[in-house]
Amino acid sequence: MSSGMRGHDNHTAAAWLFLAPSLTAIAVFFVIPVLSALVMSFTDFDIYAVGNLNVVRFMGFRNYIRIFETPLFWKALKNTFYFVLVGGPLSVAVSLGTALMVNSKLARFKPFYRTVYFLPVVTSLVAVAVVWRYLYHPAHGLLNLALSFFGVAPIDWLGNPDIAMPAIVVLAVWKNFGYNMLIFIAGLQNIPEDLYEAAHIDGAGGWRQFVDITIPMLAPTTVFVVMITVIGYFQLFAEPYIMTEGGPMNATMSVVLMMYEQGFRWWNMGFAAAIAFVLFAVILIFSILQLIIQRRLQQ
Amino acid sequence: MVRQLIPEFERMNPGIHVIVQQIPWTAAHEKLLTAVAGESTPDVCQIGNTWVPEFAVLNSLEPLDPFVGRSHDFHREDFFDGVLKMNVIDSTLYGIPWYVDTRVIYYRRDLLREAGYSEPPRTWEGVLKLSDVMRRNANAKGIQRYPFFLPTNEWVPAIVLGMQSGGHFLKDNNTHGNFSGPQFRTAFELLAKFYHKEYSPSGMQLITNLYDSFSDGLISMYITGPWNIGEFSRRIPPRLQNEWMTAPLPSMDSISPGISLPLGTSLIVFRQSRRKEAAWKLVEFLASREQSIAFYRITGNLPPRRSAWEDTSLARNKYIQAFFKQLQRVDPLPQIAEWEQVVIKLQLYVEYIATNTLSVDEALRKFDSEVDQMLEKRRWLAERDRKP
Repeated sequence: MSSGMRGHDNHTAAAWLFLAPSLTAIAVFFVIPVLSALVMSFTDFDIYAVGNLNVVRFMGFRNYIRIFETPLFWKALKNTFYFVLVGGPLSVAVSLGTALMVNSKLARFKPFYRTVYFLPVVTSLVAVAVVWRYLYHPAHGLLNLALSFFGVAPIDWLGNPDIAMPAIVVLAVWKNFGYNMLIFIAGLQNIPEDLYEAAHIDGAGGWRQFVDITIPMLAPTTVFVVMITVIGYFQLFAEPYIMTEGGPMNATMSVVLMMYEQGFRWWNMGFAAAIAFVLFAVILIFSILQLIIQRRLQQ
Repeated sequence: MVRQLIPEFERMNPGIHVIVQQIPWTAAHEKLLTAVAGESTPDVCQIGNTWVPEFAVLNSLEPLDPFVGRSHDFHREDFFDGVLKMNVIDSTLYGIPWYVDTRVIYYRRDLLREAGYSEPPRTWEGVLKLSDVMRRNANAKGIQRYPFFLPTNEWVPAIVLGMQSGGHFLKDNNTHGNFSGPQFRTAFELLAKFYHKEYSPSGMQLITNLYDSFSDGLISMYITGPWNIGEFSRRIPPRLQNEWMTAPLPSMDSISPGISLPLGTSLIVFRQSRRKEAAWKLVEFLASREQSIAFYRITGNLPPRRSAWEDTSLARNKYIQAFFKQLQRVDPLPQIAEWEQVVIKLQLYVEYIATNTLSVDEALRKFDSEVDQMLEKRRWLAERDRKP
């Protein structure tokens, strides 16, 4: 009995030992910065404080109250929700669609298409955004050139407040769908073939098979994909940062971009940290809601 | 570009080796602030002269008065006054002007001639009249023309007009916004006139390419800086090369030219540098009359020293004469760390009045309350310093 206990202790010690390096890394690069940011969000740490630490003030919840009093925050939140609610489903749909196509028995050159669709994912977002800015150029862009063949007048994709956000959604979907596509392909390949055979024998057509086998069997994958996509999309930053700087008239200002500007452009670190935690709360609430809805659906 | 000047410096100063690191201008500000926070600053650096107050608040700049006092080459009178003032905070000199970037008018001579003018009028009153004539001529011909382009995504025109109407952007020792005060209101009302009478487009959608719009005659006058001399020479088609010119800014009073901005860059020495003597030598070298002329020849950047302008390569360029006249009348901007944040926010309000989203009164009242919020820390610091 006692030796058994000791053996258990040894195992625990060994486990801790093996975990130590990654736990240390997580503590140093994640836990400590997050906790410092939390503390910072209750202060007015700013450019004056970088020069002289004595001028930091404890603000209580005043940063948080100020966020909700700032019209720009609501605008940024609205833009971010637009991006998540339009871009998210679109991205998942496109990923699922391409996954079905690439996985289809009729498809040829599968590895080729998989690679082509995955390529944007591994390309640097900055490079992609710069290239897309050329594509979107109102006077010399390829997109307007293509549209001109159909008689469409030039569109100022990134300069028009109503169109800039959809333009960024299109870029983001194109950039990201390949990753989710791969996950969907993995999910599709996990569906036992005999289910389809049985359905086929019972006389179910392609659409019935898709609705009654593919979709239910893909449910766990879909939950994962939707969750990851939504969390990622809430953190929209690099696309507007590089392409529009949040403009025109703040039409593409996202919460993270606002946080970045407050923090690294104006050096209002306390206020920026508070924005980060508000965004964290939003994502958390959204994720919990999503889980609840999905549980309900499964029952 | 500066690399070309370095071998000469290293030849003159054996024992000093200079490593030049380039960073894109748009990223420089953030990168340098981060470097200061991370204590990994270079010895010498080029910074925008509007950044000086911020870096001074960070306590990261070496005061240069002692070095200047010992220098044989450095005479304060030789520098354009307003430009040098941008580098002085609480009577301490933190930067040496390297090149200046004041703003003047670029205009189409042929289009002004059509309206009966040989050059832009000397007062804004006159510019409004000219714009009216040009606008009516264009309307009569049924074409779309905007005489004076004032971009809604630039703060410079609004601030220039504000300075000309008396400045006073801030009050109470720079702790409150004063944009709704009578001076700036005059400026903003004049600016609004240009948009509301359609002398300037009230958005950016129409002007996708400045040079094309200028060549097409869609716009005839535009306020911008010296870098556009090169751009205009390259991008305006040959048939129009004789038809563009520069002129100093119109004025709101009887003195010509009207006040403009002493923007530009400065050379600074970071306080954390462990080689300050060598660093100063490099600053002194780059800011010398000879090197600023050499730098002008390579890049077209305008020297901040009067004596450099006597050089034939500058005297011969017809486009930069307007800049020389303009530099005689430039006034420094308020030197607060929050200034950049203030003017970036101002652009949004220029957009609001241009599109008639807000009236001038509403816009300025709202803008002032936003500025007050940005300056909250300054008020607190001032309050604290006042107490014993």
